[in-house]
Amino acid sequence: MATLAGAQTTPYAGANVWRTILEWLTTVDHKRIGIMYLWTAGAFGLVGMAFSLVMRTELAQTGTIISAETYNSIFTMHGSVMIFLFLLPIGAAFMNYAMPLQIGALDMAFPRINALSFWIFLFGGVLLTLSFAVEGGTAAAGWTAYPPITLDTGNNAQPPGAGMDMWLVGVILLGQAAIFGSVNFLVTIFKMRAPGMTMWRLPLFTWTTLVTGLLILLSTPVLAAALALGFIDRNGAGGAFFDPAAGGQPLLWQNLFWFYSHPAVYIMILPAMGIVSDVFGVFTRRPVFGYRSMVLALIAIGLLGFIVWAHHMFTTGGVFLPFFMGATFLIAVPTGVKMFNWIATMWRGSNIFPTAMLFSVGFLMLFLIGGITGVFHAAVPVDFALHDTYFVVGHFHYTMSIAATFGFLAGCYYWFPKIFGKFMNEGLGKLHFWLLFIGVNLVFFTQLLLGLDGMPRRINDYVDNPGWELMNMLITIGAFVSAAGMMVFIYNVFYSVKWGERAGSDPWEGTTLEWATTSPPPPHNFDSLPEIRSERPLFDLRFGEKLQDDPHYHVNNGRNGPNGGSGAKTPSASAREEG
Amino acid sequence: MAAGAITHKRVHPVRSFLVGDEPMTTGLWGIIFFIFSEIMFFSGLIAAMLALHSDTLFWEPTNGAHRLEGAELRPILFTILLVSTSIPMQIAAFSIRKGNRKAMIISMAIVLVIGISFIVNQYFEWQHAGFGISDGPYAATFYTLTGFHGAHVIGGLVFIFAQWLRGLLGHFDAKRNTAIEAATLYWHFVGFVWLLVIFPLVFFLS
Repeated sequence: MATLAGAQTTPYAGANVWRTILEWLTTVDHKRIGIMYLWTAGAFGLVGMAFSLVMRTELAQTGTIISAETYNSIFTMHGSVMIFLFLLPIGAAFMNYAMPLQIGALDMAFPRINALSFWIFLFGGVLLTLSFAVEGGTAAAGWTAYPPITLDTGNNAQPPGAGMDMWLVGVILLGQAAIFGSVNFLVTIFKMRAPGMTMWRLPLFTWTTLVTGLLILLSTPVLAAALALGFIDRNGAGGAFFDPAAGGQPLLWQNLFWFYSHPAVYIMILPAMGIVSDVFGVFTRRPVFGYRSMVLALIAIGLLGFIVWAHHMFTTGGVFLPFFMGATFLIAVPTGVKMFNWIATMWRGSNIFPTAMLFSVGFLMLFLIGGITGVFHAAVPVDFALHDTYFVVGHFHYTMSIAATFGFLAGCYYWFPKIFGKFMNEGLGKLHFWLLFIGVNLVFFTQLLLGLDGMPRRINDYVDNPGWELMNMLITIGAFVSAAGMMVFIYNVFYSVKWGERAGSDPWEGTTLEWATTSPPPPHNFDSLPEIRSERPLFDLRFGEKLQDDPHYHVNNGRNGPNGGSGAKTPSASAREEG
Repeated sequence: MAAGAITHKRVHPVRSFLVGDEPMTTGLWGIIFFIFSEIMFFSGLIAAMLALHSDTLFWEPTNGAHRLEGAELRPILFTILLVSTSIPMQIAAFSIRKGNRKAMIISMAIVLVIGISFIVNQYFEWQHAGFGISDGPYAATFYTLTGFHGAHVIGGLVFIFAQWLRGLLGHFDAKRNTAIEAATLYWHFVGFVWLLVIFPLVFFLS
């Protein structure tokens, strides 16, 4: 047990505050970069939430408080900031922090490229948000930036200005940061694993990092191509790519954009799924049900994610409907496998419900509603009826936005003791959970109903339909309740960093390698590693000797050689354990 | 076979040709993944070109000038120039695998000179074209594809030049040569994406 009782030293002893700041600015340590991603993405998330509150204030009643132009700009920036600057980088934050620890690596494969990635991301994010200061304001074409709204064709009520170009270049930069990051994650997982950490022993969060990395690597460049074409179209080519009047094709943009942006949905949700899987594996006190089927389902989701992009374009008349409908239905299968595996993990487990587990269960509920409404949309006739209504808004917020956020919040509560060496306050955490859970359901379930009533998205007033006022008011109330929940969370973070209860190396009795080092870990991550003979090395370390005569526990009985031995070639210990 | 015995020779002939017999380093894995992302980037641009081509009746510049034909001397000349540099670049990698730094530096110098002449050639080609980027879908895709490819050639040349300088400073030997192998792989990518995709599509699609 020597590895668990490592000395509690302060890993980074900065001499003074300037030195500390310089250390942080020049760091190449994956943990510090992960923490910087966390703070930055969290701050951008609050900015995005502020935009949503502005929109909800505007929509609470008929009549206008802000102009249609401002509203366009606000919803565009809400989507862009939340997707490109909150959901994508917050996943990168946890991947940066936890993944190298989970595979027993010293750092990422390319620590300096990792730092470069972060700084490109920050620069792109600042460029995107600075567009508020330029003449003509921000991009106002929605986060999907469909041409010809993005072009200055002479027919646009609101011709886009420099803000649109800043948006295009900013997102190219964010994509570049993501590509560098994904190369780093992939090489780290393939090359930097500790001895004995075979692919079938990777923690599920690391598996999601791998699949997410591949999705980023293969889809983001296509977005970069689309954005580059969009930029050239606005500054030189005169609409030859996307403006029909100049010989271009608006659908071309949509195809390229969704070829990225559908996989991007999985880039956002898969890391959250990985976090939830790990959390279930700890707080149910059972191995995650069907480890291998979880991994295969993950890979299937990743592959299918590349062939369904046109289901965003059903109503354009330019896509082959039956194929994309069928492929979209297929995605429900691996997703269902994961759903049932999570439920089966909880089934007859010794479940305990700290806040991290509450958020994971909340994730299941939200993702279930989001997933099922997604299957509705996959059906072409339903999609024709519901396209561009609030039903769509409710659906995608349920899945990739709020379900993913719940997963990441679970990750915050789960890894906070590892990152800061202190627990988050459980009472405040539970208050946060219930406020947020009630708030977001009030918002997004009401949006589903409002969509069935036919309210279109992206409008700033509905003066002709006063019947929508009650539901809109409910949504606004829900939005402010959720915001109150997030305020509790922010208070909890600062409170716990300062006054939180001290956590040891392994406060949750975790199963994966990040709990085998001190909290926070030393710069070199591990003084020594336990032997890795299954996907739960810390469980083996804790109970291996006690259980070695148990017929249901075949992991640590000496049949496998040291450091895994033949374990990689024979049916793995973990499979037999579950079998 | 006893565990740990190192017998890579000729076990993976293709891999051995491309990246040598040493175990793959993180750097090589990194450049290979990065090249995959580059392939997807050019796939996006080329898909755009094909989509526009399929819907455009006259695949010509809209200002009345004529499109550039691949059968002319200059495009063929610079295609041959660029693709042939894959040979000295691979010779550079072979040399340093044997520890011959001098041969590596000489072959890389050849690559640099021919590579720069490709860029100069492309500059003249752009001058010689009688149309601008705003003259319709053909013109826009012509400049976009050749421009982005040219930018990647310049990037590859900077990469090779940096390693060439390191070679002059006495870096690299038979064991430590990841950067040379990576530059070689990247340079092959830049050459072949031109030969197999961009050159035929830009100059022969009508």
